[in-house]
Amino acid sequence: MANDAYPAKPGIWGWINRRLPVDAFMRSQVLEYYAPKNFNFWYFFGSLAMLVLVMQLVTGIFLAMFYKVGENTSFDSVEFIMREVNFGWLLRYLHSTGASAFFLVIYLHMFRGIMYGSYKAPRELLWLFGMIIYLALMAEAFLGYVLPWGNMSFWAATVIINLFGAVPVVGPALVEWIRGDYGIADATLNRFFSLHVVALPLLLLLLVALHLVALHEVGSNNPDGVEIKDKKNAQGIPLDGIPFHPYYTVKDLFGTGVFLTLFSIVVFFTPTFGDLFLEKANFEPADPLSTPDPISPSWYFTPYYAILRSFPDKGAGAVAVLIAVSAFFFLPWLDRSPVKSIRYRGWIYKTFLTLFVLSFLGLMYLGLQPAQGIYVMLSRICCVPYFAFFILMPFYSRWDPVKPVPERVTFHA
Amino acid sequence: MRKFATCLLAMSLLPLAALAGESTAAGPAAGEEQKPAEWDSWHARNSLGDLSSLQRGARNFMNYCNGCHAIKYMRYQRMADDLKIPTSVLEKDLVAPGSQPLDYITTSLPPDDAVNWFGKMPPDLSLITRYKGVDYVYQFLKTFYADPASTTGTNNLALPGAAMPAVLSDLSGVNQAVFKQVKDGSKEFDHFEPLVTGSMTAAEYDQFVRDTVNFLDYVGEPTQLQRQFIGIWVVLFLVLLTWLSLLLKNEYWKDLH
Repeated sequence: MANDAYPAKPGIWGWINRRLPVDAFMRSQVLEYYAPKNFNFWYFFGSLAMLVLVMQLVTGIFLAMFYKVGENTSFDSVEFIMREVNFGWLLRYLHSTGASAFFLVIYLHMFRGIMYGSYKAPRELLWLFGMIIYLALMAEAFLGYVLPWGNMSFWAATVIINLFGAVPVVGPALVEWIRGDYGIADATLNRFFSLHVVALPLLLLLLVALHLVALHEVGSNNPDGVEIKDKKNAQGIPLDGIPFHPYYTVKDLFGTGVFLTLFSIVVFFTPTFGDLFLEKANFEPADPLSTPDPISPSWYFTPYYAILRSFPDKGAGAVAVLIAVSAFFFLPWLDRSPVKSIRYRGWIYKTFLTLFVLSFLGLMYLGLQPAQGIYVMLSRICCVPYFAFFILMPFYSRWDPVKPVPERVTFHA
Repeated sequence: MRKFATCLLAMSLLPLAALAGESTAAGPAAGEEQKPAEWDSWHARNSLGDLSSLQRGARNFMNYCNGCHAIKYMRYQRMADDLKIPTSVLEKDLVAPGSQPLDYITTSLPPDDAVNWFGKMPPDLSLITRYKGVDYVYQFLKTFYADPASTTGTNNLALPGAAMPAVLSDLSGVNQAVFKQVKDGSKEFDHFEPLVTGSMTAAEYDQFVRDTVNFLDYVGEPTQLQRQFIGIWVVLFLVLLTWLSLLLKNEYWKDLH
């Protein structure tokens, strides 16, 4: 792969490179991969998501060495890890806090994509891969949540799997097929373990690889939504681009430091995070005869849970959740605005986006509350701006009074 | 960015402040009066930093609770190591006859007898503070009252219809609960009136319960103290690393225009 500009190196490194394009790959993907120089705070979350993924894989490998899957052993083995495995408590808290951190980072990463129109052409596939990662991550988190076999694990699995019963005709058979038994039982737990530690991590890694390949093909968007590849110098280097290494490696190192500091404060000082990251009810072993009150999923699922409970009919609720999640997939085609970034959009789009974010956070809060009285009514109210953001987007994004987009990115040294 | 770094440093000191706050929270706050009618908002205010309280709690648990309740995830030896209980005391006074120091702390109550006597096996208390909370256990142990209608002769405000008898009544005495009628016809607890005095004063019994809850809090997560101690160093290290990485980033980025 050596070319004239980079003559082959002698020695072992040269021998390797004549057979495996290590140097060429590093050049094209890191050293001479040009990213816009105007990335702001919001651009930390992509690399942080990678960091958390690796952390979850590594801690997961060690946890699986001590975890014993089975309805009579799972709960005890988690306590064994917490008490008798050297630094087992740290592995477990890193993994449980990591799950929540993953969603926090991914939600901020997605919001960045929406805010700066990063899903718009030519980055539609990049966005779709990202969305599939999000779905796979939700499945992975749900499966992992069941593994400690606490009472909330059991009942969360019961509620979520029963949702598949809303599928017409085959619903009940499908539910039984997923569980592998007539109720949530040992068979369910075993297959969830297999999916959680083998199938979904493999899928996630594959999807992340595709996400990155697609990203490096089209290049990053930026807070101005200006294509830096449109303005290049004589050497063909984007005028507003800077090499990923060293500029963004050192910047992401700083972001990583800030993230790990905050993450460690949670892990070491408040790993349950006030019942949000590890719930009290899950320190009681699974008990099919005693239902926790109220049953609520982890905070990262509660917006959808609140939507589900806003509908009096289970089938309608399940369809609404399906639409609420899948609507993100269609953003590249729903958005008819001539500009990408929120910086150059008008008040109509900004209003819809603000209402969407507020309704998402509102639903997140409401999903943690009992399904009664005012909470259900508020959830229904929050559903309106949530769905309106997507359904009305083809119209308001076109009517939106946009501002002129500059030729080059705005950058203050 | 400098402001941000200062912010981060300040944030990293929060846990230290929290730790300091935790150790001063031991015992009831000065001048705090526990209103009986508000029993469900009493706080345990236990302190894991108080080693002698934990040791007393271990003693209380072994003497009064372990007859029926196990803490099956806890080994005698681990407890002795963490709570600095000398091996001689552990083996002489705490390890149950027939058990070894490395054994888990089980109970000698046979399950069949338990079902006969109480209707159910008394729950394992290893994780009681994790799923019910320390305040609940504290309230439970402080709100037994005489109730002739119940099979045990006593009842409990925190757990109405409790199968557990008031086993601490020789210490706490026996209270009679006085209820008042509420508008809608139901009864609401108002206050306790002592029927029989126990061997402890109210303050002594309160400390007894607090120590026991403190011990159970430790049993719920024995690594808590170690976790926070390590955490301080981890966070301080990360703050330093983050600050250095910020300097490095600024050094690289200063040439960009």
